[in-house]
Amino acid sequence: MSELNEVAIEGWDLAALGEGRVLPVVTAPDHVLSRVGDPVDPTDPAVVALAADLVATMRVSPGCVGLAAPQVGVGVQLFVVNVVEHPKAVTVHGTFVLANAVVVEASRWRPGREGCMSVPDLTGDVKRAGRVVVSGELPGSGRKVTITTDAFEARALQHEIDHCNGLLFLDKVSGAHAIYQRKVYL
Amino acid sequence: MTNSSGGAELAVTVIGPDRTGIVADVAEALARLGANLTDSTMTRLRGHFAMTLICSAPASAAEVEAALRPLSADGQLLVTVRAVGPDEPPHNGGLPYLLSVHGADRLGIVAAVTRVVADMGGNVTDLSTRLVGPLYLLVAEVDLPEGVPAELTARLAKVAEELGVEVNLRPAGADVL
Repeated sequence: MSELNEVAIEGWDLAALGEGRVLPVVTAPDHVLSRVGDPVDPTDPAVVALAADLVATMRVSPGCVGLAAPQVGVGVQLFVVNVVEHPKAVTVHGTFVLANAVVVEASRWRPGREGCMSVPDLTGDVKRAGRVVVSGELPGSGRKVTITTDAFEARALQHEIDHCNGLLFLDKVSGAHAIYQRKVYL
Repeated sequence: MTNSSGGAELAVTVIGPDRTGIVADVAEALARLGANLTDSTMTRLRGHFAMTLICSAPASAAEVEAALRPLSADGQLLVTVRAVGPDEPPHNGGLPYLLSVHGADRLGIVAAVTRVVADMGGNVTDLSTRLVGPLYLLVAEVDLPEGVPAELTARLAKVAEELGVEVNLRPAGADVL
Protein backbone atom coordinates (compact mmCIF):
# COMPACT_ATOMS: atom_id res chain seq x y z
CA MET A 1 0.00 0.00 0.00
CA SER A 2 1.28 3.42 -0.94
CA GLU A 3 1.91 5.98 1.74
CA LEU A 4 -0.82 8.60 2.16
CA ASN A 5 0.00 11.87 0.44
CA GLU A 6 -1.93 14.51 2.37
CA VAL A 7 -2.37 17.79 0.51
CA ALA A 8 -4.13 20.91 1.77
CA ILE A 9 -6.49 22.89 -0.49
CA GLU A 10 -5.41 26.51 -0.40
CA GLY A 11 -8.09 28.78 1.03
CA TRP A 12 -10.32 25.93 2.25
CA ASP A 13 -11.75 26.30 5.76
CA LEU A 14 -14.05 23.41 6.67
CA ALA A 15 -14.88 24.85 10.11
CA ALA A 16 -16.20 28.05 8.51
CA LEU A 17 -19.14 26.10 7.07
CA GLY A 18 -20.64 25.83 10.55
CA GLU A 19 -22.72 22.98 11.93
CA GLY A 20 -24.89 21.19 9.42
CA ARG A 21 -28.05 19.16 9.74
CA VAL A 22 -28.21 15.46 9.01
CA LEU A 23 -30.52 15.04 6.02
CA PRO A 24 -32.28 11.90 4.78
CA VAL A 25 -30.55 10.24 1.82
CA VAL A 26 -32.76 9.55 -1.20
CA THR A 27 -32.42 6.35 -3.20
CA ALA A 28 -32.96 5.29 -6.82
CA PRO A 29 -35.36 5.43 -8.60
CA ASP A 30 -35.92 8.94 -7.22
CA HIS A 31 -35.87 11.26 -10.23
CA VAL A 32 -33.72 13.88 -8.51
CA LEU A 33 -30.81 11.45 -8.93
CA SER A 34 -31.27 11.38 -12.69
CA ARG A 35 -31.45 15.02 -13.63
CA VAL A 36 -28.52 17.34 -14.29
CA GLY A 37 -27.93 19.49 -11.22
CA ASP A 38 -28.24 23.25 -11.48
CA PRO A 39 -25.05 25.29 -11.04
CA VAL A 40 -24.92 27.15 -7.73
CA ASP A 41 -23.52 30.42 -6.42
CA PRO A 42 -20.91 29.11 -3.95
CA THR A 43 -21.09 32.32 -1.88
CA ASP A 44 -24.87 32.03 -1.35
CA PRO A 45 -25.47 31.38 2.40
CA ALA A 46 -28.03 28.69 1.47
CA VAL A 47 -25.34 26.87 -0.53
CA VAL A 48 -22.90 27.15 2.39
CA ALA A 49 -25.58 25.72 4.70
CA LEU A 50 -26.21 22.87 2.26
CA ALA A 51 -22.46 22.20 2.15
CA ALA A 52 -22.48 21.90 5.96
CA ASP A 53 -25.49 19.57 5.75
CA LEU A 54 -23.65 17.33 3.27
CA VAL A 55 -20.64 17.14 5.61
CA ALA A 56 -22.87 16.35 8.62
CA THR A 57 -24.82 13.70 6.69
CA MET A 58 -21.66 12.06 5.35
CA ARG A 59 -20.15 11.93 8.84
CA VAL A 60 -23.05 9.99 10.36
CA SER A 61 -23.18 7.53 7.44
CA PRO A 62 -20.90 4.54 8.06
CA GLY A 63 -18.32 4.00 5.32
CA CYS A 64 -19.51 7.05 3.36
CA VAL A 65 -16.63 8.68 1.43
CA GLY A 66 -18.65 11.19 -0.54
CA LEU A 67 -22.11 12.66 -0.85
CA ALA A 68 -23.63 14.86 -3.56
CA ALA A 69 -26.54 17.29 -3.17
CA PRO A 70 -28.92 15.25 -5.38
CA GLN A 71 -28.50 12.41 -2.85
CA VAL A 72 -30.17 14.56 -0.22
CA GLY A 73 -32.89 15.57 -2.67
CA VAL A 74 -31.40 18.86 -3.90
CA GLY A 75 -30.66 18.93 -7.64
CA VAL A 76 -27.60 21.17 -7.63
CA GLN A 77 -23.89 20.83 -8.34
CA LEU A 78 -22.41 20.50 -4.89
CA PHE A 79 -20.74 17.56 -3.16
CA VAL A 80 -18.47 16.58 -0.30
CA VAL A 81 -15.66 14.03 -0.38
CA ASN A 82 -13.50 12.50 2.35
CA VAL A 83 -11.48 9.38 1.51
CA VAL A 84 -8.77 9.88 4.16
CA GLU A 85 -9.60 6.64 5.99
CA HIS A 86 -9.96 4.54 2.85
CA PRO A 87 -7.27 1.87 2.30
CA LYS A 88 -7.17 2.50 -1.47
CA ALA A 89 -6.52 6.24 -1.07
CA VAL A 90 -3.09 7.64 -1.98
CA THR A 91 -3.36 11.39 -2.48
CA VAL A 92 -5.98 12.92 -0.15
CA HIS A 93 -7.25 16.46 0.42
CA GLY A 94 -9.14 15.82 3.66
CA THR A 95 -12.84 16.62 3.91
CA PHE A 96 -13.77 19.17 1.26
CA VAL A 97 -16.81 20.47 -0.57
CA LEU A 98 -16.82 21.59 -4.19
CA ALA A 99 -19.44 23.49 -6.16
CA ASN A 100 -19.83 23.37 -9.95
CA ALA A 101 -16.95 20.91 -10.30
CA VAL A 102 -15.78 19.48 -13.60
CA VAL A 103 -13.14 16.94 -14.57
CA VAL A 104 -10.63 18.77 -16.76
CA GLU A 105 -8.11 15.95 -17.23
CA ALA A 106 -8.49 12.20 -16.79
CA SER A 107 -6.01 9.39 -17.39
CA ARG A 108 -4.87 5.95 -16.19
CA TRP A 109 -8.25 4.27 -16.53
CA ARG A 110 -8.81 1.24 -14.37
CA PRO A 111 -11.72 -0.87 -13.19
CA GLY A 112 -12.95 -0.89 -9.62
CA ARG A 113 -16.03 -1.92 -7.68
CA GLU A 114 -18.29 0.85 -6.38
CA GLY A 115 -21.27 1.17 -4.13
CA CYS A 116 -23.50 4.15 -3.45
CA MET A 117 -25.76 5.19 -0.57
CA SER A 118 -28.46 5.96 -3.15
CA VAL A 119 -28.28 2.43 -4.59
CA PRO A 120 -27.96 0.58 -1.28
CA ASP A 121 -28.50 -2.99 -2.47
CA LEU A 122 -26.11 -3.18 -5.42
CA THR A 123 -22.46 -2.67 -6.28
CA GLY A 124 -20.90 -2.55 -9.73
CA ASP A 125 -17.62 -2.58 -11.64
CA VAL A 126 -16.89 0.80 -13.20
CA LYS A 127 -13.85 1.94 -15.15
CA ARG A 128 -12.62 5.30 -13.83
CA ALA A 129 -9.58 7.47 -14.33
CA GLY A 130 -6.88 6.75 -11.74
CA ARG A 131 -5.57 10.26 -12.12
CA VAL A 132 -7.70 13.38 -12.54
CA VAL A 133 -7.52 17.13 -12.50
CA VAL A 134 -10.78 18.61 -11.20
CA SER A 135 -11.72 22.26 -11.05
CA GLY A 136 -14.48 23.69 -8.90
CA GLU A 137 -15.40 26.40 -6.43
CA LEU A 138 -15.18 26.42 -2.64
CA PRO A 139 -18.44 27.13 -0.80
CA GLY A 140 -18.15 30.28 1.28
CA SER A 141 -15.32 32.13 -0.45
CA GLY A 142 -16.33 31.06 -3.94
CA ARG A 143 -12.63 30.68 -4.63
CA LYS A 144 -11.83 28.68 -7.78
CA VAL A 145 -9.59 25.70 -7.11
CA THR A 146 -7.91 23.02 -9.17
CA ILE A 147 -7.32 19.67 -7.51
CA THR A 148 -4.94 17.07 -8.89
CA THR A 149 -5.42 13.67 -7.35
CA ASP A 150 -5.28 9.93 -7.95
CA ALA A 151 -6.39 6.47 -6.87
CA PHE A 152 -9.48 6.34 -4.66
CA GLU A 153 -9.92 10.09 -4.27
CA ALA A 154 -9.97 10.38 -8.08
CA ARG A 155 -12.64 7.67 -8.23
CA ALA A 156 -14.72 9.35 -5.51
CA LEU A 157 -14.55 12.72 -7.29
CA GLN A 158 -15.71 11.20 -10.58
CA HIS A 159 -18.55 9.38 -8.80
CA GLU A 160 -19.75 12.59 -7.09
CA ILE A 161 -19.39 14.74 -10.23
CA ASP A 162 -21.49 12.12 -12.03
CA HIS A 163 -24.18 12.56 -9.35
CA CYS A 164 -24.16 16.30 -10.03
CA ASN A 165 -24.76 15.47 -13.71
CA GLY A 166 -27.62 13.09 -13.02
CA LEU A 167 -25.60 9.90 -13.48
CA LEU A 168 -25.33 6.87 -11.19
CA PHE A 169 -22.68 4.16 -11.30
CA LEU A 170 -25.43 2.01 -12.85
CA ASP A 171 -25.06 4.17 -15.98
CA LYS A 172 -21.39 3.25 -16.28
CA VAL A 173 -21.06 -0.41 -15.28
CA SER A 174 -18.65 -2.35 -17.44
CA GLY A 175 -20.83 -5.28 -18.50
CA ALA A 176 -24.09 -7.18 -18.24
CA HIS A 177 -22.67 -9.17 -15.32
CA ALA A 178 -20.79 -6.34 -13.62
CA ILE A 179 -23.61 -5.71 -11.12
CA TYR A 180 -23.59 -7.49 -7.78
CA GLN A 181 -25.99 -7.84 -4.90
CA ARG A 182 -24.38 -6.07 -1.97
CA LYS A 183 -23.29 -8.55 0.69
CA VAL A 184 -21.67 -6.29 3.26
CA TYR A 185 -23.40 -3.23 4.69
CA LEU A 186 -21.18 -0.89 6.67
CA MET B 1 -25.69 -32.97 -35.67
CA THR B 2 -22.12 -33.57 -34.67
CA ASN B 3 -19.11 -31.47 -33.90
CA SER B 4 -15.44 -31.97 -34.61
CA SER B 5 -15.09 -34.51 -31.79
CA GLY B 6 -17.83 -36.60 -33.34
CA GLY B 7 -20.32 -36.14 -30.50
CA ALA B 8 -23.77 -34.63 -30.67
CA GLU B 9 -24.05 -31.04 -29.55
CA LEU B 10 -26.58 -30.88 -26.72
CA ALA B 11 -28.10 -27.98 -24.80
CA VAL B 12 -28.90 -28.71 -21.14
CA THR B 13 -30.91 -26.49 -18.80
CA VAL B 14 -31.28 -27.03 -15.05
CA ILE B 15 -33.64 -24.82 -13.06
CA GLY B 16 -35.04 -25.06 -9.55
CA PRO B 17 -34.55 -24.26 -5.88
CA ASP B 18 -30.87 -23.80 -5.06
CA ARG B 19 -28.93 -26.23 -2.88
CA THR B 20 -25.28 -27.15 -2.60
CA GLY B 21 -23.90 -29.61 -5.14
CA ILE B 22 -26.16 -29.12 -8.15
CA VAL B 23 -23.29 -28.15 -10.47
CA ALA B 24 -21.21 -31.06 -9.20
CA ASP B 25 -24.11 -33.48 -9.71
CA VAL B 26 -24.71 -32.29 -13.28
CA ALA B 27 -21.02 -32.26 -14.21
CA GLU B 28 -20.43 -35.74 -12.75
CA ALA B 29 -23.40 -37.23 -14.60
CA LEU B 30 -22.15 -35.71 -17.87
CA ALA B 31 -18.57 -36.83 -17.24
CA ARG B 32 -19.71 -40.41 -16.63
CA LEU B 33 -21.32 -40.35 -20.09
CA GLY B 34 -18.15 -38.99 -21.64
CA ALA B 35 -19.89 -35.70 -22.42
CA ASN B 36 -17.58 -32.76 -22.78
CA LEU B 37 -18.95 -29.62 -21.16
CA THR B 38 -18.09 -26.67 -23.40
CA ASP B 39 -19.78 -23.30 -22.77
CA SER B 40 -21.88 -22.93 -19.65
CA THR B 41 -23.41 -20.26 -17.49
CA MET B 42 -24.99 -20.53 -14.07
CA THR B 43 -26.53 -17.96 -11.80
CA ARG B 44 -29.16 -17.57 -9.14
CA LEU B 45 -32.30 -15.72 -10.12
CA ARG B 46 -34.12 -14.54 -6.99
CA GLY B 47 -32.60 -17.53 -5.20
CA HIS B 48 -33.48 -20.06 -7.91
CA PHE B 49 -30.64 -22.08 -9.37
CA ALA B 50 -30.46 -21.54 -13.16
CA MET B 51 -27.88 -23.22 -15.40
CA THR B 52 -27.59 -23.51 -19.15
CA LEU B 53 -24.79 -25.39 -20.83
CA ILE B 54 -23.70 -26.82 -24.13
CA CYS B 55 -21.92 -30.17 -24.17
CA SER B 56 -20.71 -32.50 -26.86
CA ALA B 57 -21.70 -36.02 -25.98
CA PRO B 58 -21.21 -39.47 -27.54
CA ALA B 59 -24.82 -40.06 -26.55
CA SER B 60 -28.28 -38.97 -27.61
CA ALA B 61 -30.35 -36.29 -25.93
CA ALA B 62 -32.61 -39.02 -24.52
CA GLU B 63 -29.64 -40.87 -23.02
CA VAL B 64 -28.25 -37.72 -21.42
CA GLU B 65 -31.70 -36.83 -20.10
CA ALA B 66 -31.96 -40.31 -18.57
CA ALA B 67 -28.55 -39.91 -16.94
CA LEU B 68 -29.65 -36.59 -15.42
CA ARG B 69 -33.03 -37.92 -14.27
CA PRO B 70 -31.92 -38.57 -10.65
CA LEU B 71 -31.47 -34.82 -10.28
CA SER B 72 -35.15 -34.19 -10.85
CA ALA B 73 -36.34 -37.28 -8.99
CA ASP B 74 -37.54 -35.31 -5.98
CA GLY B 75 -39.58 -33.00 -8.20
CA GLN B 76 -37.55 -29.92 -7.29
CA LEU B 77 -35.24 -29.42 -10.26
CA LEU B 78 -36.37 -29.18 -13.87
CA VAL B 79 -33.82 -30.62 -16.30
CA THR B 80 -34.13 -30.47 -20.07
CA VAL B 81 -31.81 -31.75 -22.79
CA ARG B 82 -32.12 -31.10 -26.49
CA ALA B 83 -29.91 -31.54 -29.53
CA VAL B 84 -28.75 -28.30 -31.09
CA GLY B 85 -27.00 -27.41 -34.33
CA PRO B 86 -23.27 -26.98 -34.63
CA ASP B 87 -21.66 -23.73 -33.50
CA GLU B 88 -23.13 -20.76 -35.31
CA PRO B 89 -20.65 -18.34 -36.83
CA PRO B 90 -20.49 -15.17 -34.73
CA HIS B 91 -23.16 -12.60 -35.54
CA ASN B 92 -21.49 -10.76 -38.37
CA GLY B 93 -20.52 -7.19 -37.99
CA GLY B 94 -21.60 -4.76 -35.36
CA LEU B 95 -19.79 -2.77 -32.76
CA PRO B 96 -20.11 -3.66 -29.07
CA TYR B 97 -22.14 -1.27 -26.91
CA LEU B 98 -23.39 -1.29 -23.35
CA LEU B 99 -26.93 -0.33 -22.49
CA SER B 100 -28.05 0.54 -18.96
CA VAL B 101 -31.68 1.15 -18.07
CA HIS B 102 -32.90 1.91 -14.56
CA GLY B 103 -35.95 3.34 -12.93
CA ALA B 104 -39.12 2.55 -11.04
CA ASP B 105 -40.33 -0.96 -11.74
CA ARG B 106 -43.23 -1.21 -14.18
CA LEU B 107 -44.52 -3.64 -16.75
CA GLY B 108 -42.85 -3.72 -20.15
CA ILE B 109 -39.49 -1.99 -19.64
CA VAL B 110 -37.44 -4.84 -21.13
CA ALA B 111 -39.94 -5.38 -23.94
CA ALA B 112 -40.02 -1.74 -25.00
CA VAL B 113 -36.27 -1.15 -24.79
CA THR B 114 -35.16 -4.36 -26.52
CA ARG B 115 -37.76 -3.88 -29.28
CA VAL B 116 -36.18 -0.52 -30.15
CA VAL B 117 -32.74 -2.18 -30.23
CA ALA B 118 -34.03 -5.01 -32.44
CA ASP B 119 -35.81 -2.64 -34.83
CA MET B 120 -32.49 -0.89 -35.47
CA GLY B 121 -30.74 -4.18 -36.22
CA GLY B 122 -29.04 -4.38 -32.84
CA ASN B 123 -28.31 -7.81 -31.38
CA VAL B 124 -28.38 -8.41 -27.62
CA THR B 125 -25.38 -10.61 -26.78
CA ASP B 126 -25.64 -10.59 -22.99
CA LEU B 127 -28.27 -9.34 -20.60
CA SER B 128 -29.04 -9.18 -16.93
CA THR B 129 -31.93 -7.55 -15.12
CA ARG B 130 -32.54 -7.03 -11.43
CA LEU B 131 -35.37 -5.91 -9.27
CA VAL B 132 -34.18 -4.56 -5.91
CA GLY B 133 -36.93 -2.95 -3.90
CA PRO B 134 -38.66 -0.43 -6.17
CA LEU B 135 -35.62 -0.16 -8.48
CA TYR B 136 -35.54 -2.03 -11.77
CA LEU B 137 -32.21 -2.33 -13.56
CA LEU B 138 -31.28 -3.72 -16.96
CA VAL B 139 -27.73 -3.97 -18.29
CA ALA B 140 -27.29 -5.35 -21.80
CA GLU B 141 -24.38 -5.84 -24.12
CA VAL B 142 -25.48 -5.19 -27.68
CA ASP B 143 -23.83 -5.34 -31.08
CA LEU B 144 -24.94 -2.43 -33.23
CA PRO B 145 -24.52 -1.91 -36.97
CA GLU B 146 -22.32 1.02 -37.91
CA GLY B 147 -24.09 4.35 -38.07
CA VAL B 148 -26.92 3.20 -35.81
CA PRO B 149 -25.89 4.41 -32.32
CA ALA B 150 -26.86 8.08 -32.76
CA GLU B 151 -30.39 7.34 -33.97
CA LEU B 152 -30.79 4.49 -31.48
CA THR B 153 -29.81 6.85 -28.65
CA ALA B 154 -32.53 9.27 -29.76
CA ARG B 155 -35.15 6.52 -30.04
CA LEU B 156 -34.18 5.08 -26.66
CA ALA B 157 -34.48 8.52 -25.07
CA LYS B 158 -38.05 8.75 -26.36
CA VAL B 159 -38.97 5.30 -25.03
CA ALA B 160 -37.25 6.08 -21.73
CA GLU B 161 -39.32 9.23 -21.35
CA GLU B 162 -42.53 7.31 -21.97
CA LEU B 163 -41.51 4.68 -19.42
CA GLY B 164 -40.15 7.18 -16.89
CA VAL B 165 -36.78 5.42 -16.76
CA GLU B 166 -33.17 6.39 -17.45
CA VAL B 167 -31.31 4.95 -20.44
CA ASN B 168 -27.60 5.14 -21.13
CA LEU B 169 -26.00 3.73 -24.31
CA ARG B 170 -22.21 3.80 -24.58
CA PRO B 171 -19.43 2.03 -26.51
CA ALA B 172 -18.03 -1.03 -24.75
CA GLY B 173 -14.36 -0.42 -25.26
CA ALA B 174 -12.18 -3.49 -25.22
CA ASP B 175 -8.45 -3.13 -24.85
CA VAL B 176 -6.95 -5.80 -27.05
CA LEU B 177 -3.50 -6.85 -25.92
